[in-house]
Amino acid sequence: MTQRHFIFLCLLPLAIFTLAFLAIPLGRLILASRESEAGWGIYLQILQTPRYLSTLVQTVAVSLAVTVAALAISTTAGLFLVRNRFAGRNALLSILTLPLAFPGVVVGFMIILLGGRQGLVNQLLPGHWVFAYSIFGLFLGYLYFSIPRVLLTVMAAAEKIDPALEEAARTLGASPWRIVTDVLLPALAPALIAAGAIAFATAMGAFGTAFTLATDIDVLPMVIYTEFTLSANIAMASALSVVLGVVTWAMLLIARSFSGSAVAAGG
Amino acid sequence: MTLTLRNIAKTFPGGTTALRPTDLEIAKGEILSLLGPSGCGKSTLLRIIAGLETPDPGASIIFDGEDVTQQSVERRKIGMVFQSYALFPNMSVRGNIGYGLKMQKLPKAEIAARVAEVIDLCRLGHYADRAITALSGGQRQRVALARAMAPRPRVLLLDEPLSALDAALRGQLRDELALLLRQFGITAIFVTHDQDEAMAIADRVAVMSQGAVAQIGTPEALYRNPATSFVARFVGDAMPLEGQVEGAHLQLLGGILRLPKVAGGQQVLVRAEDVRIDPQGPLTARVETVTFLGTHYRISLAGVMTGPLFALHSGLSAPRPGDEVRLSIPPEALLVLPREVAA
Amino acid sequence: MRHLSRHIPLLVTLLACAFLLIPIIQSILAGLTVNYFRGLSSGLTLKWIGQVWELYADSIFLSIKLALACLAGTLIIGVPAAYVLARNPGRATRMLEEFISLPLAIPGLALALALLQLFGSFHGFRTSWTFILVGHILYTLPFMVRSVVSVLAAIDLKTLEEGAASLGAGPARRFIDVVVPNAMPGILAGALTVVTLSIGEFNLTWMLHTPHLKTLPVGLADSYASMRLEVASAYTLVFFVMIVPLLMAMQWASARAQRIMK
Repeated sequence: MTQRHFIFLCLLPLAIFTLAFLAIPLGRLILASRESEAGWGIYLQILQTPRYLSTLVQTVAVSLAVTVAALAISTTAGLFLVRNRFAGRNALLSILTLPLAFPGVVVGFMIILLGGRQGLVNQLLPGHWVFAYSIFGLFLGYLYFSIPRVLLTVMAAAEKIDPALEEAARTLGASPWRIVTDVLLPALAPALIAAGAIAFATAMGAFGTAFTLATDIDVLPMVIYTEFTLSANIAMASALSVVLGVVTWAMLLIARSFSGSAVAAGG
Repeated sequence: MTLTLRNIAKTFPGGTTALRPTDLEIAKGEILSLLGPSGCGKSTLLRIIAGLETPDPGASIIFDGEDVTQQSVERRKIGMVFQSYALFPNMSVRGNIGYGLKMQKLPKAEIAARVAEVIDLCRLGHYADRAITALSGGQRQRVALARAMAPRPRVLLLDEPLSALDAALRGQLRDELALLLRQFGITAIFVTHDQDEAMAIADRVAVMSQGAVAQIGTPEALYRNPATSFVARFVGDAMPLEGQVEGAHLQLLGGILRLPKVAGGQQVLVRAEDVRIDPQGPLTARVETVTFLGTHYRISLAGVMTGPLFALHSGLSAPRPGDEVRLSIPPEALLVLPREVAA
Repeated sequence: MRHLSRHIPLLVTLLACAFLLIPIIQSILAGLTVNYFRGLSSGLTLKWIGQVWELYADSIFLSIKLALACLAGTLIIGVPAAYVLARNPGRATRMLEEFISLPLAIPGLALALALLQLFGSFHGFRTSWTFILVGHILYTLPFMVRSVVSVLAAIDLKTLEEGAASLGAGPARRFIDVVVPNAMPGILAGALTVVTLSIGEFNLTWMLHTPHLKTLPVGLADSYASMRLEVASAYTLVFFVMIVPLLMAMQWASARAQRIMK
C-alpha cells in the first residue's frame, strides 16, 4: 500500500459521513427554504413580516446583553483568578466551569429553581417574584452557560500575558487601575473579541434553555421550532434556520480569526 | 555495499533547483561525507538516497547492482540517523532499537539477541529499558545509531547527527562515532556542515556548493589541492589575497609575493597558518588585534590588502597591537585557483 | 473607599459562583427532600431517585449506549482524518477542517432540521437510534478531530514517520506504531469530550428522537414539563452524578494533553 492509498483510506470514512449527513442535508435545507410560493423571496419576507422581524431584533438584543454581561463578569473573575493564588481558588474555578457540560434544558431548570413559582427568590422575598419565564429569565439562563465559556477563553489569554509587562508599568508609576486599562485589557482584546463572539453565537442559537422556560418570548430558535412542528411551515423554518446558521457561523469565524480555538457552542 | 548514483537532480515544485545532476560512486565499506553550507543540496541528496525525496526523472540509484530508484523508503533496507534523532517517544530504548527487526518479522528470540548485541556495542546497557525522554542528548544520539544499525542495513545514512549536541559533547562523540562506524564496517554517507566533523569521520569528502559537488576526495587531498576557491575557503578557511597578479608575482598593498606558478585571471588564497611573522619577509603589516587561543595566537593584520589578513602565530610571545611587523608566505603555500562564478 | 474597590473583583467572582452554584445545590436538595416546599424539615428520602429509576432507567441506558457508539464512530472517522489534517497542513486541509467544524457553528436545531428533511422519509432509519447517533457524531466529531490534530501538530510527526519508514515500516504500520501512540493524549481528551457532550446533547436529539427513544436530556425536558419538582430535581441529580466526573476527567485530560504538547 502506498502513502497515497493510505491517505485516501484515512479520509474515506470522513468523506462518506460528512457528505451523507452534513453536505447533502445542508444543501437540502437551503433548497427547502425556497419551496414556498415566495421562492428565494422568503428571505425578504422575514424582514417584511413584523413577527419574524421583531423575533430577530429580540434575539439579537438578548444575545448582545448576555455577551456584554458575560464579558464583564468573566473578565473580572478571570483576571482575579489568574492574578491571585489562595486557598479555595481551585474550588471557585471548578464551580465557574461546572456548567460547561450542562445541556440547555438543565440550565433552564436552574433558572426555574431560582426564579420560578416555587423558586428561591419567590420564597425568600415578600411579594410575587417570578421572573424565570420572562425575558429576564431567558437572559439569566443564557448568562448561566456563557460565563464558563468566556471565563476559560479569558483566563487562557490572561495566563499568556508576560508578567514583566505589568511589572514594567509599575516601575513607570502606573496605578493598579491604569495597569488594567493600559496593559491588561489591550493585551486581552483579541481574546475578549473572540469570547464575545462565541457568547453571542451561542446565545443566538440556544434552544434548550428557551424550550424549558417555555415562555411566549419569541426568540429565533423557538420560532423555528414552532414553525416546523406546529405550523408545518417547512420553507419558513428552513429559511430562518439558514439565517440563524449563517449568523452564528460568521460570528464563530470572527472568534477564530482572533484566537486560535473556540470553546464549543451548545446551550 | 557499493552505491552508484547517476544523474540525480531535484527541482522543487516552486521551480527552485535544489540539486543539479549529480553522479557519485561509493565503495563498499566506505564512509563518505557530504560537506557544505546550508542550502547546498547535501541533505536533499541524502534524502533522495534514502527514498524520502523523489529525484527528477532520469535518475538512477543503484545498490550493489540493484536499481532501487522506484523503491519506497521502507523497502530500501537503509539505516538512517536523523538530525533530531526521530526516536519514538512511545517506546523504550529497547523498543526503538528492536523496531526495525520487528518490521522484518524476525522471531522474538532473534530480535532480543540482536538488540542485546547492538546495545552492547553502543554501550547502552544501563539505559536499555529507559524511556527516551529520560536520556541525555549524547545517549539519544547513540540510541539513534543503534536503532539504524540493528536491522543490518545495506547503507547507513546520517543527517547532521551531531548538530543537536552542545559543542563540548560534539567533539567527544565525533571521535566515538568515527570509531563505531569503522567497527560496524558499513558503507555510510554522512551529511554535515562542519569541516572538522567531515575530516574526522569520513574516508572521502564531497564538498557541495549551490546544488552540485564542487570536489570529491580524501580530506588530505581536499586540504592540500582544493580544486576551486570555494573548496579552499570551506575546507581549511583559506583567505583570498586581493591584489594585482603580474606573471608569477602578486602585487599587494604591503609588498610583492612570489607565486608558485604563472597565474592569469586566477585568485590567490592563503591559510592563516601559512602566514608567518618573519623579520626578513617581503610584506609589511600593522598588528590590529591579538587573540590568545592557548596553543597559539590569532593575529589580525592590516596594511597587506584592503581587508584584514589573519596569521596563526605560535611561540612564547606575540607582537602587540599597533606594532609594525614583516611577513612572509612560502610560495608553495599559496593556492592559485579559478575564480568563483556566481550561479 | 479605596479599600472597598480592591475587593470588587473578589466580590464579582463570589457572586458569579453563587449564581451558578445555588440552583445546583437547590436541585440536589430538592431531589433528596420529602417535600421541597416544606423544606428540609420534611426529611430526606431516596424515594424520588427510585421513581426516576423506574420512569427513566431506559433513557439513561440509551444515553450511555449512544455515547459509547458515538465515541466509536468519532474514533473511526476522526482519528485517521486528524492524522491526514496534521500531516498535510495547507489551504485544502484548513478548508476541510472548517467544513467538518460547521456543526459547532450551526445551531443543533438547524442541523436537525436539515437531517429530518433529507432522511424523514427513510422510515426505518428515521425511527431507529442510529438516526440520533448520526446527529451526535456530527456534533462531537470536530472536538475529536481538533483534539488529535493539536497534539499531532505539536510533535515532529513527519520526522518520526520518516524514522519508522527508514526501518521498514509501511504507511499502515507507521499509523499504528507511531501516530496513534503519540496522539494518545489528544485521543483521550477528545474521547472524554465526546462522551461528555453526547450524554448532555439536547438540541439535536430533541428534534431527532421518537417517543420510544428518549435520551437522558430528552427525559429531563420531559420531567421538567410534566413531573413534580422533586422528581425533576432527582433526575437532574442523577444527571449531575454522571456528568460531573466526566467533565472533571475531560478537563484533566485536556490539561494533560496541553502539558505534553509543551
